[in-house]
Amino acid sequence: MRHFFTILSHEIRMLLVNPGTYIAGVFFLAVMGSIFVDLVTAYSAAPQEISPATVFFRLFWVPVLFMVPLLTMKSISEERRHGTLETLLTSPVSTAEVVLGKYGAAYFLYILLWGSTAVFFYILQKYAGDLRFFDRGPLIGGYLFIAVSGLFFVGIGIFASSLSRNQAVSGFLCFTLLALILGLNFVSDTDLLSSETLSPFKSVVQRAQIFQHLDDFSRGIIDTRQLLFYASGATLTLILSILGLEAKILHS
Amino acid sequence: MPDDSTQTVPTSPAIEVQNLVKSYAGFLAVNNVSFTVRRGEILGFLGPNGAGKSTTMRILTGYLPATSGAARVCDIPVATHPEEVKRLIGYMPENNPLPEDMRVSEYLHYRGRLKELRRRKLTSRIAEVMELCDLGRERHRIIGKLSKGFRQRVGIAEAILSEPPVIIMDEPTIGLDPHQIQLVRDLIASLRGRMSVIISSHILPEIEVTCDRVLIINQGRVVTMGTPAELRRDIIGHSVYKLEISGDLDLLSSALTAVEPTLKISETNAPDADGFRALYLTTDRDDPIGEQLMRSLGADARFRLRGLVREHPTLEDVFLVATRRSRDIIDTPKAPKGRNSKSQTPNSK
Repeated sequence: MRHFFTILSHEIRMLLVNPGTYIAGVFFLAVMGSIFVDLVTAYSAAPQEISPATVFFRLFWVPVLFMVPLLTMKSISEERRHGTLETLLTSPVSTAEVVLGKYGAAYFLYILLWGSTAVFFYILQKYAGDLRFFDRGPLIGGYLFIAVSGLFFVGIGIFASSLSRNQAVSGFLCFTLLALILGLNFVSDTDLLSSETLSPFKSVVQRAQIFQHLDDFSRGIIDTRQLLFYASGATLTLILSILGLEAKILHS
Repeated sequence: MPDDSTQTVPTSPAIEVQNLVKSYAGFLAVNNVSFTVRRGEILGFLGPNGAGKSTTMRILTGYLPATSGAARVCDIPVATHPEEVKRLIGYMPENNPLPEDMRVSEYLHYRGRLKELRRRKLTSRIAEVMELCDLGRERHRIIGKLSKGFRQRVGIAEAILSEPPVIIMDEPTIGLDPHQIQLVRDLIASLRGRMSVIISSHILPEIEVTCDRVLIINQGRVVTMGTPAELRRDIIGHSVYKLEISGDLDLLSSALTAVEPTLKISETNAPDADGFRALYLTTDRDDPIGEQLMRSLGADARFRLRGLVREHPTLEDVFLVATRRSRDIIDTPKAPKGRNSKSQTPNSK
C-alpha cells in the first residue's frame, strides 16, 4: 500500500483545485444553512422537546442523496472514460490502491463539508452566549454518526462509479442505491415483509434502520453492531469496486 | 530499481514472448505469438487495425493477463510478477490518455512518485526529460490545453521518466505533423542501446527509419519478423526493374530471357507521345543485373532504351504482401494445420 498516500494526496489536491468542488460546497452549505436558519427560527418561536442538533442531523439524507453522488461519480468513471486508468495501472500501482485512494479522497471531502456545518453551531453558541442552551451530546453523536455512516455511503458512490464509464450513469446509480438503503427504514414497517418466507430478509432490514441508528448516536448509544454494519458495508462496497474494476480490465 | 535488475541480468533478452494467446469470449485476439527483443534494440510492431498489437503490448505491461503462453521482461515472468515488471516498463498507451486538468510538471511529478523515483532525484529527472522532449516552455501549462504534438511529448516524457530498461509505445506518432514526427523519431533513436523499445505505428517509412527489426502481426498471428532488408528479401522474394523502352514487346520477352531466364514483364503501361512505355520486370535474382540489361538492350537495334532503374520495395509493399498472404492463409476454409504454421515460420529466424 505504499502508493495509497501518493494517490490520496493527488486526489485530494485534484478535488481542491476543481471548481466543481466549490460549487458543490456552496450548494451544500446553502441548503444546510437554510435548514439551520429554519430550525433556529422554529426554536426561537416556541420551546421544543428535542435538541436542535438532533433535528438538524435527522435531515442528513438530503445532502447524502445529492452530495455523495456528486463527490464520487467522477472518481473511477472519468479515469475509465479517458483511458488514464490504463496508464495508472501500468505503473507499479494495484487496483486496490487506486480504489482506496479515490475512496479516501472522496471521504475526506465529505467529512470536510459536513465539518464546515459545525460553524453554524459555533455561531449559535457565540450569539446565545449561554451554554445551557447548547447541548453538546447530540451534536457530537450526530457528527460521529455522519463520520461512521459516511464510510458506507461514500463506498456506495465509489462502487457505482466503478460500474460505468459514464459519470451521469454512475451518479444516478449511486443516488438509486442510496435511496434504496435509506428507504429500507420505511419498508420494515409495512406488511410486505410480514410473511414467514421473508423473515430472513425482514431481520436484515431491521438491522439497516439508518434513522434509528442516528437517534441512537444522538442519545449517546454507540452500538458496535451499528458500527459493524457501516464498516462491513464500506468494506463490501470497496471489495466489489476492486473486483468489478479488475473484471472490467479483463474484458477491456 | 530498474537499473539494478538490468545490471544483474544483462545478457538475457529484454522481452521474451512464447506462444502467447489471448482470447475474449472465444475470439482469439492474440494467437500463439512468439518473439524476443534484445537489450537496447528498437522493435517496430506492424499490423492492420485489430491485428492484436495493442493487446500484446498490454499483456507485456502486466495490465492484461494472457490466456496462455509466457511473457518475460528482463527475465521476470509477467504473469506471476506483474508488479516487478511494471517497474521495468515505461508505457505509452494508444491515444496517449492524459489527465486534462493537470499541469505538465505536476503530472510528471505525480507519475514519478508512482514510479517510485526518489524525491531528490525526481526534480532533476523531470527537468532532464522536459529538456529531452522540448517541453520546458510548456511545463506550467494545463495538459488539456496542449496541442496534440505536445501531448504526445508529455506521454513520451512520462514513459522514459523512470529510465526503465523497456519502453513500450503504442502509436506514438499518430496525428503528428512531419516536424513533430521527426522530433519523436530522433527521441526514440536516442534511446537505442540504452533502452529496449517496442513501438507500433501505421507510418511504415518511419518504422523503417527508426527500428532495428520489424515484427508484422495480422489477425493475432506473427506473420514475419526481421530487419527491413531481410523482410524485403523474404516477403517480396524478387527484384523489380523499371524500364522505359520503345519497341515490339513480343520481341522483348525473348531478349530478356537471353539476359536472365527468370526475367518476366510484370506490368506494362501505355506508350507516351514518343512511343516509350514504362515496363516493370521481375526476377528471382537478388544480385544486380541492371548493367547486363542495359548493355544487352542498348546494343539491340530493335529497341530504344531511355531509362532503367532498380525499384526498391518499401516496407509498405512488404507489409501489404505479408498481411495479404497471412489473411489468405487464415481465411482458407479447412486449411491444414501445416499451412497455418507456415505463416509463422519467419518468426523462427
